[in-house]
Formats: sequence, structure tokens, C-alpha cells
Amino acid sequence: MTSSEALLRLLGDDGTPFDCDACFAELDRFVELELAGAAADERVRGLRKHLAACPACAEEYESLRALVELEEGS
Amino acid sequence: MGDTNPSVSAVALDTWVDELRASSDEAVARLHALLLGAARFEVRRRASSLPQVAQAELDELAHEAATDAAVSVLRRLDDFRGESQFTTWAYKFALLEAATKVRRRAWRDREVVLDPDAWAQLAQLAPGPDASAEHSAFVRAVGDGIRDALTPRQRLVLVALTVDGVPIDVLAERLGSNRNALYKTLHDARSRLRAHLTELGDLGDAP
Repeated sequence: MTSSEALLRLLGDDGTPFDCDACFAELDRFVELELAGAAADERVRGLRKHLAACPACAEEYESLRALVELEEGS
Repeated sequence: MGDTNPSVSAVALDTWVDELRASSDEAVARLHALLLGAARFEVRRRASSLPQVAQAELDELAHEAATDAAVSVLRRLDDFRGESQFTTWAYKFALLEAATKVRRRAWRDREVVLDPDAWAQLAQLAPGPDASAEHSAFVRAVGDGIRDALTPRQRLVLVALTVDGVPIDVLAERLGSNRNALYKTLHDARSRLRAHLTELGDLGDAP
């Protein structure tokens, strides 16, 4: 890791008031909107920024999306 | 699932949710089976972080996650507003429980050294290829900001999560806190640090 990458991880982006609980509450709707090709970022504002700032929530988002995609494909 | 799965129609889903509200044993067993599938899916995805753990223990983790998730789903059924498929809504509880258990298991035997001065490592790293001439001065300003602008708690949480790479669930467990509280502390620390750097005129070219 370079010091530039380390600084990005440390400072994050401009910050978002969206916390982990708010992310969890909206995650299922966000994933379904995204998979349906709808404007998920416009309809659930702030969630994407939270995912960029929170590795744990980002992992769970990726898993939910993968699981729903798998189910839709089966 | 949902429209894509003819065996689980919208009517059947409504009935299932109603039966869960009535605590039907059959409906709860079906919920547990659904959540176990999701928990196993998540444990498989994260298994590479547990190379030393036997398959039987991984499956036990998935079972524990499914059981805990079922408790959460049943307790929070009234939160389900039908804005997604019920199965998608329920899956997220199993994924959360399984991911948290895997992260904690991966760190179970690792010491978490809470060293608020670990940010000093930053100065030892090579700058990225795009780093400007002012980069070293900026790194120093960040270090000064961590030392001067943050509370001890903010410093500890920021450094543990972003410098030492401790997963947030693991840190929450060690500090007797929870993920959301730690995320808020992290958010406040970043905001305060950014404000400090802006005041000094150091944030323009970040990082």
C-alpha cells in the first residue's frame, strides 16, 4: 500500500450521514432496484457513499446482490 | 424467488409472512431453511479468510448464523414493508450474521493491538505514483491532526479501522460496542480531521 492509498482509507470521502443501521434498513430495496436497472442511487440517496466508506457493509451488499442474482438466474 | 420463481408466488409469500406472525412451526422451519441457505452461501464466500477451520466448524457457523438471523427476522417482521421481496429482506439478516461470525472467527486468535499512535506508519510508506511534491507535508499534517484534533476514542477507532485494518465487528466486540456506534465515531473522526485540515488549508490537494 502506498501512503496515498493509506490516506484515502483513513480520510474516506466527504462523509455521509448514512450509518450502518440506515444502510441495513435500505439494502434489500437498493439491491432489487439496482438489479432491475432502476435508479437505485437516486431513490436511496447516500447508501452508495456509505458502502464506499464501510468495508463491512460493502461486503454484505456484494453478497446480497450475488445471492439475489443467483436466485434470479436459477 | 418472487416473480422469477413460480413456486413462491406473491400470494404464497403473503401467507407465509402471516403464518410467521402467527408463529406457525412450519412457517418458522421454512424460514430457518431459507436463512441457512443464505448463511451457507456467505460462509462459502468468506471461507478463504478461515483456511485453518474445518468444514464441520464452518457449517456450525452457518447454522448459528441462521438461528440468530431467524430470531432477528421474527422480532422485526413489522419492519417488513413489502418494498422488496420478503426473501431478499430476510436474506440480509442471514448474510449479516454469517459475515460477522466469519470476521470474528478469523480474528479470534489474533491480538488486536489498539495503538492510537500507529498512524505514524503512514510516514514510512512510499508515496503513490501520482503524489505531489507537497505529499509528505500533507502526511505530516494528517498525523498532527490525528494527534491534536481528535478525542482519544476517535483516534483509537479511526486508527484501528483504517490504519490497522481491524474489521468493524471485531473492534466492536473487543470494545464492548456495536458496529453502528463505531461507524458514527469513525464518521465524526473523519469529519473533524477534514475540518482541521481545511482550516490549515491542507485539504485542497488531498491526498
